[in-house]
Amino acid sequence: MKVIIVGCGRVGAHLAGLLDAEGHEVTILDNDAYSFRRLSPTFGGTAQLGNGIDQEALKRAGIETADAFVVVTQGDNRNIMAAQIAKYIFNVPRVVCRIYDPLRQELYQALGLESICPTVVFADMLKEKLLGKV
Amino acid sequence: MYIVIVGGGRVGYYLTKALLDEGHEVVVVEKNAAVCTAINEELGSICVRGDGCEATMLAEIGTGRADMLMAVTGDDEDNLIACQVAKYKFNVRRTIARIRNPKNEALFKKLGVDVAISTTNIILEHIEEEVPTHPLTHLMAIEGERLAVVEVKITPELATVGKPIKQLSVPPEARLILIIGANDKYRMPTPNAALKAGDRIIALTPHEKEAELRIALRGA
Repeated sequence: MKVIIVGCGRVGAHLAGLLDAEGHEVTILDNDAYSFRRLSPTFGGTAQLGNGIDQEALKRAGIETADAFVVVTQGDNRNIMAAQIAKYIFNVPRVVCRIYDPLRQELYQALGLESICPTVVFADMLKEKLLGKV
Repeated sequence: MYIVIVGGGRVGYYLTKALLDEGHEVVVVEKNAAVCTAINEELGSICVRGDGCEATMLAEIGTGRADMLMAVTGDDEDNLIACQVAKYKFNVRRTIARIRNPKNEALFKKLGVDVAISTTNIILEHIEEEVPTHPLTHLMAIEGERLAVVEVKITPELATVGKPIKQLSVPPEARLILIIGANDKYRMPTPNAALKAGDRIIALTPHEKEAELRIALRGA
């Protein structure tokens, strides 16, 4: 599977490593080259400097032939915008983004954008751990 | 009208001032506390500190009854989300976004923003109008159709001077409307009409065919 990941933070870099190890074709995009230090030394995919909400940069990363697109930058809005570009402009079959704000996630979920809200997921996990259900 | 403005920077500030002068009810949402205080001191208590992309914030200031929301922060992505939340969560009738990257104009419209205004494009249009030697000038954009009315100048050195229109490879998507001669006398662009030096040709064309049209009329 050809995957594009936007945002080379801890999550992005880790996901890139996992998918690469499983033999997927991974391209990771970040607008700061310094972020690529987080990639594992064995990472065999492509690390590319570029802005995830710039259609030209996404084309250079090969979005037109990508099977999946993941956006995990620090900004909710940037993630939502990049995901919408991938889904509605380039028709990438699978698009997932991270949205920290639960309300914003709810709205975009209703509009058909697939996303994960770490705030809700992590709070639930913490609660279950505290209450000893895990 | 009740208008919500997201972003109290320079654009937001002057916009608010102008709208207040016209008698509209305006509320500004701004993240920066100092900017908020400055606006409130100058224009009266109309600025609320908060994130204009957050539904709770927008609910608090009554976005549900707003006639219009204008997102004029410096970041395209923030302006897009503010407009989409207003549109899809609060059914605001008209949303306007300021954009920095001119390429986002089409994208924003596709994603539900009613009007996307690119300051870069506005300045570019004025440059084109001010520079008379520019071979292809935009006269008017036809909204929503990706079409523009343009003017192409025929200067004496061109190889196309003297040729009838049927011999030029004008792209089929473009339509020549009128030829205006050197002495402001106009004639119809019939297939046998020949181009003359000093002619200005008015044409309707899709944006992506502009270069092709220019080459057809002026040579490569």
